[in-house]
Amino acid sequence: MKALPFVAGLMLASAAAAETPVLTVYAPDYFASEWGPGPGIEAAFEERCGCDLEYKTGELLPRLLLEGANTEADVAIGFNSDITKKARESGLFAPHGLDTSALTLPIEWNDDTFVPFNYSHTAFIYDNTKITDAPTSFDALLNAPDDLRLVLQDPRSSISGLALVLWVQQVYGEKSEEAWAKLAPKIVTVTKGWSESYGMFTDGEADMVLSYTTSPAYHIIAEEDLTKSAAIFDEGHYFMVESAAKLKNSEQSDLADQFMAFILSEEFQTMIPTSNWSFPAALADDKWPEGFKALPVPEKVLFYSEDEAAAVRNEAIEAWRRALSQ
Amino acid sequence: MASRAVSVSAALVVAGMVLVPVTAVLWRGGGFGGLGPADWAALRFTLWQAALSALLSVVLAIPVARALARRAFPGRSALIALMGAPFILPVIVAILGLLSVFGGKGVINQLIVPLGLTRLDIYGYHGVILAHVFFNLPLAVRLLLQGWLSIPAERFRLAATLNAPVWQVLEWPMLRRLCPGAFVVIFVICLGSFAVALTLGGGPRATTVELAIYQAFRFDFDLGKAATLAMMQLLLGLAAGLVALRLAPRDGFGAGLDRQVARWDGISRSAKVADTVWITLAAGFLLLPLASVAWAGVPGLFTLPPEVWLAAGRSVLLALGATALTLTLALPLLSRAGEAAALLGVSVSGLVLGTGFFLLLQPFVRPASVALVVTMLVNALMALPFVLRILRPGLDGAKADFARLSASLGLSGWALWRIVYLPRLRRPLGFAAGLTAALSMGDLGVITLFADGDTATLPLQIYRLMGSYQMESARGAALLLLALSLGAFWLFDKGGRVNADT
Repeated sequence: MKALPFVAGLMLASAAAAETPVLTVYAPDYFASEWGPGPGIEAAFEERCGCDLEYKTGELLPRLLLEGANTEADVAIGFNSDITKKARESGLFAPHGLDTSALTLPIEWNDDTFVPFNYSHTAFIYDNTKITDAPTSFDALLNAPDDLRLVLQDPRSSISGLALVLWVQQVYGEKSEEAWAKLAPKIVTVTKGWSESYGMFTDGEADMVLSYTTSPAYHIIAEEDLTKSAAIFDEGHYFMVESAAKLKNSEQSDLADQFMAFILSEEFQTMIPTSNWSFPAALADDKWPEGFKALPVPEKVLFYSEDEAAAVRNEAIEAWRRALSQ
Repeated sequence: MASRAVSVSAALVVAGMVLVPVTAVLWRGGGFGGLGPADWAALRFTLWQAALSALLSVVLAIPVARALARRAFPGRSALIALMGAPFILPVIVAILGLLSVFGGKGVINQLIVPLGLTRLDIYGYHGVILAHVFFNLPLAVRLLLQGWLSIPAERFRLAATLNAPVWQVLEWPMLRRLCPGAFVVIFVICLGSFAVALTLGGGPRATTVELAIYQAFRFDFDLGKAATLAMMQLLLGLAAGLVALRLAPRDGFGAGLDRQVARWDGISRSAKVADTVWITLAAGFLLLPLASVAWAGVPGLFTLPPEVWLAAGRSVLLALGATALTLTLALPLLSRAGEAAALLGVSVSGLVLGTGFFLLLQPFVRPASVALVVTMLVNALMALPFVLRILRPGLDGAKADFARLSASLGLSGWALWRIVYLPRLRRPLGFAAGLTAALSMGDLGVITLFADGDTATLPLQIYRLMGSYQMESARGAALLLLALSLGAFWLFDKGGRVNADT
C-alpha cells in the first residue's frame, strides 16, 4: 500500500513537469555527454527559457531520416558540412531567419537553414619533442622518409577521414591517387573512427595522427602539456564546420527559434572552445581562451561547398582506396 | 520441455526476431540495393578471413585445451576464467591492448629490435587473423575443454587397463563431435568484424561487409543496400551452420559415474614438456594484452567521474537481465533447428538489426524508452548461439545416457529436467551464463539509435570519454569493465562448478 502515495506523488510531479515546455534537441553522442559542451549549454539555456532542454543522442542524420516527419526533435545540432546536403534534401528543416553577420568563420557563410556553431581544420598532430622538423607543406609530408608513421581514419566510416580525402582532392586534384601512393608507405593503418587513431597516437604507436588544428588546445589547457602541435601546411587546410538547424514540424517552434538565436550568443560561443575543443563560430578572437589565441592557424582555408563535396566525394574516396589497396 | 513442437516453434520465434527486423529495413529501403565490385571484394575478404580465423582458433585450441584438461597446476582455474576476457572487451580497448604487445612500439618489438632482429610489423592480413585468434581462441579452448571433461573417468580407466591409445579411442572422436560447431560459432562472429579487421589489416585492403553496411547506413542512408548486405551475412552464417551441424557425428561415450577424471596417459616427459609449452604460449598470448589494458587503466580508475559508475551499474543490470533472458530462450532451443535459427542472430549486422527494431517499434513507443530492453534482447540474440553450443553437447550426452532409464522410471517433463538433465548441465549452464553476462556487459549492441542521455552503458561511456580526449579516464573505465565482466563470468562459472572436482 506504500506504493500508492508514491504513485500519486509521481503523477503530481509529472503534472507539474507537463507545464514546463520541453525542447528536444538531437545531438551527436560526444556533444551531449558529460565531457562535451551539451550540459553547460543546457543549463545556460534553461536559465533563460523557462523550459526543459532534453538531448537525444545517437546517429544524428540516420535517426532523423528514419523518423521523418514524426520526429520528436525540435532542433538538431552537430551536422558536419559534408552531410548537410543529404539533411537539406530531406525537407525536414525550416529556415533559421537569423542575422548571421556576427559569424567569425574564415570563409563566407550564407546558409538560410544551417547555423554554424564551431569550426576547425583537419591537421596532422605530432609530438614536438620527438619531431623537431615537422613537414610545413603537404608536399613535404609526401616526400618525408617512409619511416614517419601516420595513422588516419577511414573516409567511409569517419567524418574526419572524409575531410582528409577532400583535402587531398583540393590540393592535388587529378593527381590525388599519385599523392596517396606516395603517402601509402607511411600510413601505419586506417581506423574506423577518430578515437582509435588518437589513442594509437597517444600510445606512441604512430608519430602523426590525422586530427584537428584545435587538438593541441586540449593538451595545453586541460593537461598543461605543451608537447602536441599541429603541422601547418602551406597549401592550406580543409575546413570543418558543425551546424544546427530547426525542424520544420517542431511543436515548440518559438523555443526552437530562441535556441537557434542562443547558438550565436556570446554566452554559448564562449563555452565552445574548452568543451568542444574547437574554434567558436561567432566570437572575436580576442575573447578566445589564451590557449586558443596561441594556436597556429592556417593562413589558407580549403573548402568544398556541399554540392561540390557531393560531386567529388566518390571519386576522392576511390582514389584513396585504389592507392592504399596496392 | 524440448518436445519437437516446442523446439520448432521456439526456433521459428528466434528466426523471426532476426528476419522480421531485417525485412523491415529492406522494405523501408525500397528493396534490394545494387552491389558494386568493391562490395564483392569486401564479401570475399570477409569470407576468407573468417574461415581462416575460425580454423586457426579451433586447431590451436586443441593442444591448449588438452593440456589444460590433463594438467593440474596452481592458478589453473584463474587462468581458465581469465581466458574468457578477450572475447568480451570493447573493440577499441582490445585493439589498443593488442598493439601494446604486437604493435610497432609494442613489448615484442622492444625486446627483439635491440637484439638486431627484424621489426615485427603487425599490420596486414596476418594482423587480422592474429587479432581474431586472440578474441576467439579462448572460446574455442573452453568449448573443447568441456568436451574433455565430459569423457567419463571410467573410459580413461578402461583405456589405461587395455593400454589403448587415448587419442584414437577417446579424444579424436570427441573432437570430431565438437570441432565443427566451435568452428561455426567463431566463423560467424568473424563475419561481423569491422574495426578490428580494418585497424589490424592496415587499411582498405581489409574492408569487410560490416564496414560497407556502416557506410551505406551512415553516409549514404542507403537502407536497401545495408539490408542486402545483412541478408548476405545471414546466408553465409546459416550455410556455415548447416554444413557444420551436418558434419558433426552424434555418437557419445556412454554414461559414467561422474567421478573425477584421473589420467594415466600423458605422463611421459615429452608430453609434460609439450603441455607446459602450450599452456605458457597461450597464457602469454592472451594475458599480456589484457595485463596491458589493466595496467593502463590503473591511473584513471580512482578518479572516474560518477557518470561512469552509474553506467557501470546500468551495465551490470543489463547483463543480468540478458543472462536470464538468454538461458530462458535457450532451453527450448536445444535442438538442431534451434541452433541453426540462433546462428542467424549473431551473423547479422547489429546495426541493421537495431535499425529494424527501431522501424518496427517507432510507430508505437518512444524508442529511447525501450533502449535498455531492446539492447537486452539483442544481446540475448547475439549470445544464444554460444550458449546453445555450450549446452547442446552436454544435453545430447545426458539424453543418450539417461533417456531410456528415465523413461522406464516414468520421469518426464519438468521432473525429468530437474532430476536428470539440469544437474548434469550445471557446468555448461554456469559457463554459458557467465559468458552471456560478460558478453552483454561489453556489447555496444544497438544502443546508438535508441540512446538518450540517460541510458548510457559502460562501453558507451568509454567511447564518449575517448571521443572527448579523456584517454586516461577511458582506460580506467575499460579496466572497470574488464573487472566487472570477469567478475560476472567467474561467479557464474564458479557456480556451475560447485562440488565439481575440475
